[in-house]
Amino acid sequence: MTTDTTSKSPEAAAVPPSGPAPVTKRVPQGHKRLLTRRDRITLGFMAGVPTILHVALVWVTALASIALAFTSWDGIGFDSIKWVGLDNFRQLFTDNPQFWPAVEHNVIWFVVLILVPTPFGLFLAVQLDKKIRFSRLYQTAFFLPVVVSLAVTGFVWQLVYNPDTGLINSLIGANKPGHYIDWIGDPKLNLWAVLIAASWRHTGYMMILYLAGLKGVDPSLREASSLDGANEWQTFKNVIFPTLRPTNTVVLVVTIIEALRAFDLVFVFNKGAQGTELLSILITNNIIGESSRIGYGSAIAVVLLVISLAVIIPYLIATFRKERQA
Amino acid sequence: MSTLALKTRTPIRPARILLHVFLAGTALAWLAPLLWAIYAALRPYSETSNKGYVSWPDKLTFDNFTNAFQQSDMLHYLGNTLIIAIPAVLITLLLSSMVAFYVSRFDFRLNIALLLVFTAGNLLPQQVIITPLYRLYLLVDLPGITMSGKLYDSALGLVLIHVAFQSGFCAFVLSNYMRMLPHELTEAALVDGASVWRMYWQIVLPLCKPAMAALGTLLSIWIYNDFFWAIVLISTGENMPITSALNNLSGQYFTDPNLVAAGALLTAIPTLIVYFVLQRQFVSGLTLGANKG
Repeated sequence: MTTDTTSKSPEAAAVPPSGPAPVTKRVPQGHKRLLTRRDRITLGFMAGVPTILHVALVWVTALASIALAFTSWDGIGFDSIKWVGLDNFRQLFTDNPQFWPAVEHNVIWFVVLILVPTPFGLFLAVQLDKKIRFSRLYQTAFFLPVVVSLAVTGFVWQLVYNPDTGLINSLIGANKPGHYIDWIGDPKLNLWAVLIAASWRHTGYMMILYLAGLKGVDPSLREASSLDGANEWQTFKNVIFPTLRPTNTVVLVVTIIEALRAFDLVFVFNKGAQGTELLSILITNNIIGESSRIGYGSAIAVVLLVISLAVIIPYLIATFRKERQA
Repeated sequence: MSTLALKTRTPIRPARILLHVFLAGTALAWLAPLLWAIYAALRPYSETSNKGYVSWPDKLTFDNFTNAFQQSDMLHYLGNTLIIAIPAVLITLLLSSMVAFYVSRFDFRLNIALLLVFTAGNLLPQQVIITPLYRLYLLVDLPGITMSGKLYDSALGLVLIHVAFQSGFCAFVLSNYMRMLPHELTEAALVDGASVWRMYWQIVLPLCKPAMAALGTLLSIWIYNDFFWAIVLISTGENMPITSALNNLSGQYFTDPNLVAAGALLTAIPTLIVYFVLQRQFVSGLTLGANKG
């Protein structure tokens, strides 16, 4: 989602081939100076309609989450909204047995994704970038999990992990009483079981991003490096990897977002029961679960929002600043 | 290994063979869960419950697939998904290309801010906005317009949220793409008195076909695969798209894993077809956002 755009912005290059150059001291940039009133109205609609839709459904609701987090509301009639200040947060931080485990699991999710499938995806990308035979075939195999929906992925891995009939337990004989391993129900195991499934998917995603990044590496760099007598590892470490910086930024952001968004897999796997609580699951349970406490659910959403924006905003500012300089 | 041999095939060397062995083994391991699901789905439940799952098959049949397809009324749910996905993809492409056209061709102060808002919105986890969105959908009455009489539990509601959410990413990608187009193109048209709409519809859009195709492929797969909105914003079984319907199916038939496996695999088939047919577009769509298109 970033561009390392090095091209000059088109406006700078645009010297109109003809047309009346206004005699004012500063020529407005772009096409603005030639617009009729109708054009302006058209433009207003073109930018306005999508923006209104997006802002109304995404940003207004995000702000509503913040506002509702300080209230208690049963959802019936607006007059029952009560201002409760920081009460929801106090309860959340001090006496919700699921909250801190959920935060911890979201963090573990990110750490595992960035330490295991991400480097492995990079490794695969480097190998597949060598113009070897069957490269397409291998790529397809690794990429298939990214295409299949996470819900389906959840069901497929359930078949692998099912304690009575699953592949793993059937192979190692752990489906008999006495040495029974409950991959889905045991709170000590189930998070790791789900993370294996998540990593299975994430590897292919990272591989594709890195393959795209590697395509952009100038071949002459490699040649120069091998002429200098560097071996493959040295070339990668000192020449290739540093040029992948923009890709690494994207990979980092994508992985953080993936970890914050993790939901489908866990929901299908075991509904986020003990051991696999996540912030996204807690928020959702507050809506479709037994107790619909709107203010309380919104308070969890605010925690998720703050963490997300802490990542998104610096990343976007850096991205757009680079574009401006270009 | 030298990397000089970029133009010719490298001769067979032990290291290369080892690499192939490793890659083939890993690729097989990667396919294993799916292959396992296919194997389970091809066997009758009675057989696997007698012999266990890790066993040689006595017979392989497509019965589970036909049963899952008929008993769960899969075509109906596939129809539900299409009613949501097709309009959502088309409207998203239309709206995001308009925004992209605006911010890439008209240098108003707004455009960076606008792109920021769109892109950041797209990166937010969906659960951040779900509580108020859910309430909002329950509040909006649309008598006669949707089956449920509300935005909640309607295809329209799902289309709207998909469009709102996905247009962020698409606007970002398309605006980068449009900025690469030479400015003289539209400059000349404008001098000749073409309207803004004509510039967009007849000059810029046709040039964006590759990017639109890539994004369209990506969106189709994403929206087809959507599970979260479908779970929270659709409550009546009848109206569910295929992903959340599958969730129901598994609840109903949890005693027959083979049937559930068949249902899950059937659900995945349309995405796989789209992917195999439009592989190049899909991959370039994913990387368009990450690199210069």
